[in-house]
Amino acid sequence: MGEVLQIDRIRCDGHGLCAELVPELISLDDWGYPIIKPGNVPPSVVEHARRAVDACPVLALRLARTAALVAR
Amino acid sequence: MELIARAAGAESLTAHLQRLGPMPALPSGALIAEVEASGLLGRGGAGFPVGRKWRAVAERAAGGAVVLANGAEGEPLSFKDRSLMTARPHLVIDGALLAARAVGASDIIFYVGAEHRTADAALRQALAERTGEVRGRTRIVAAQAGYVSGEESAAVHYVNAGDARPTSSPPRPFERGVGGRPTLVQNVESLALAALIARRGHAWYQGLGRGRARGIGLLTVSGAVNRAGVHEIELGATLSDAAAAAGGLRGDVRAVLLGGYFGGWADLHEQWGLPLDAPSMRARGLALGCGVVHFLPSDTCGVEATARFMTYLASQSARQCGPCVFGLSAIAGATQRLAAQSPQPGDLDRIVRWSGQLTGRGACHHPDGAAALMHSALQVFADDFAGHQRRRCLTISEPARVAVA
Ligand SMILES: Cc1cc2nc3c(=O)[nH]c(=O)nc-3n(C[C@H](O)[C@H](O)[C@H](O)COP(=O)(O)O)c2cc1C
Ligand code: SF4
Ligand code: SF4
Repeated sequence: MGEVLQIDRIRCDGHGLCAELVPELISLDDWGYPIIKPGNVPPSVVEHARRAVDACPVLALRLARTAALVAR
Repeated sequence: MELIARAAGAESLTAHLQRLGPMPALPSGALIAEVEASGLLGRGGAGFPVGRKWRAVAERAAGGAVVLANGAEGEPLSFKDRSLMTARPHLVIDGALLAARAVGASDIIFYVGAEHRTADAALRQALAERTGEVRGRTRIVAAQAGYVSGEESAAVHYVNAGDARPTSSPPRPFERGVGGRPTLVQNVESLALAALIARRGHAWYQGLGRGRARGIGLLTVSGAVNRAGVHEIELGATLSDAAAAAGGLRGDVRAVLLGGYFGGWADLHEQWGLPLDAPSMRARGLALGCGVVHFLPSDTCGVEATARFMTYLASQSARQCGPCVFGLSAIAGATQRLAAQSPQPGDLDRIVRWSGQLTGRGACHHPDGAAALMHSALQVFADDFAGHQRRRCLTISEPARVAVA
C-alpha cells in the first residue's frame, strides 16, 4: 500500500506545468505530455506531488491509494 | 470440435440441446467456483482469469449487474469470434445466461461488430428460438467498425451514449458500466467455454491441453499457410501444430505475428516448438492475445509489414490522449520512412525511444499494444531495421538468406 500519482490521459492537454512542479517524478515527452515514474510516490516527494495535483489547470492529476486491480 | 462445427450454418437450439443437454441448474456460487477451478483465461486479449472477474462483479452487483458479451472483434487478423457466433450461437447465449446468473445480472447485451453480418444474423435467429423470458432481457448492439470499439470502456460508452471511444478509469466497467451498473465485459469465446465448463465440470476442462497447459481454444491462422482459417486447438499445442492444422506452411517463413496487431513478432526458428498457451507464452515475453497466428513469408520485409500494422494502429487511435495521438502517428511515420528506405537521420533511434515511452500512457491499452508490436519488431527484425536506416533492405538484397526447416 502507498500512494500513486494517476493521470487522466483524456483530460490532460500537455500544459507541462506538473513536470516543473515535480521534476523528481514527472518528465515530458517530445510533445509536452507527462511521463510519470512508475511505482509509489516516495514519501519525500508526496508534498510536491500534491502541489502538482492542485496546480493542474484541467484537474487531470490525482493521488490515489494503490489497490488490487482486475486486468483488462 | 467444441467451438466450431465442420457443417456449414448455425447450430439450431434442438441440435445444440441434443449435443450438450440442458443448461445446468447450478446456483451462482457453484458456477463461479467451477469456472474458477477450471483455470479458464479470457480470450479477448488480456488473458485474465474468468472466474475471478465473475467474482469481482458478483461482489458488487446486488442483483443489478449487466453482462456485455464482447463480439466486436475489431482485430483485422482475427475471425474466431464471428466464426464462433456463426456456428454455435446457442453456446455463446448459454455462456452469457450462465454468466448473468453467476454475477447477478438481469440484462445481457451482445455487442457484435456491425460488419460481422453472418454472426449477427445467426445470433438473432438463435435468440428467436429462445423463450420470451430470455429474449426480454437480451439485446444485440451493433459495434462500430474500428479497432478500439471492442475495448471494454469503449463498448460500455457506446451502449450508454452512442460514443465508441474509451473513457478514463477508474471507474472500470466492473465497478460502474452500462447504465451505471457493475458490468461484466467478457469475450464471446470466454463465455462459450464457460458454458461448456458449467455443463461438464472444471475437471473436464483441466483434462484437456498438452504438456502443462490446460484447456482448449480458438486460433485464427493466416499468412503463409495453405489453409488459412479458424482452428480449435488444445492449449499447449505448438506453433508447428498450428501450422500443420492450417495445411502447413506455404514457402519459406521467417517470422510469425502472435496475438494480433497488439501482440508481437516472434522468430519462427526460435519459436517453432512454442506451446500456444497464455502462461507459457508470457514466460517467453510473448502473448496469446486473441489467438492470432500470422506467418510472414520470407520474401516480405519485416520493416514493411511492421510499418503497415503500425500505420493501421495509429489510424485507429480514438484521438483523445496526447501520447497515443502523437506517439503512434510519429512512430508510424518514422517506420514508414524506414520501410521506404528514405529515413531521416536518427529515425530508428527515435522509434526506439518513442516506443519505450508508450506503455501505460493512454486512457486505454491501445498504446501498450502498439508498444508491444514495436518492441518485438525491433528485436526480431533488428538487422532489417538497422539496414533500412542505412537505406538498405536485407530482404530484397539477400532474398535467399533464410531457409525454413
Ligand atoms: C484497443 C483494444 C481493443 C479491444 N478489442 C476487443 C475486441 O474486439 N473483443 C474483445 O473481446 N476484447 C477486446 N479488447 C479487450 C477488452 O477490453 C476486454 O478485456 C475483453 O473483452 C474482456 O473479455 P475476456 O476477459 O473474456 O478476454 C480490446 C482491448 C483493447 C485495449
Ligand atoms: S499539468 Fe495537467 S494538463 Fe498539464 S501536463 Fe500536467 S497533467 Fe497534463
Ligand atoms: S489511449 Fe488512444 S485509443 Fe485509448 S482512449 Fe486514449 S486516444 Fe483513445
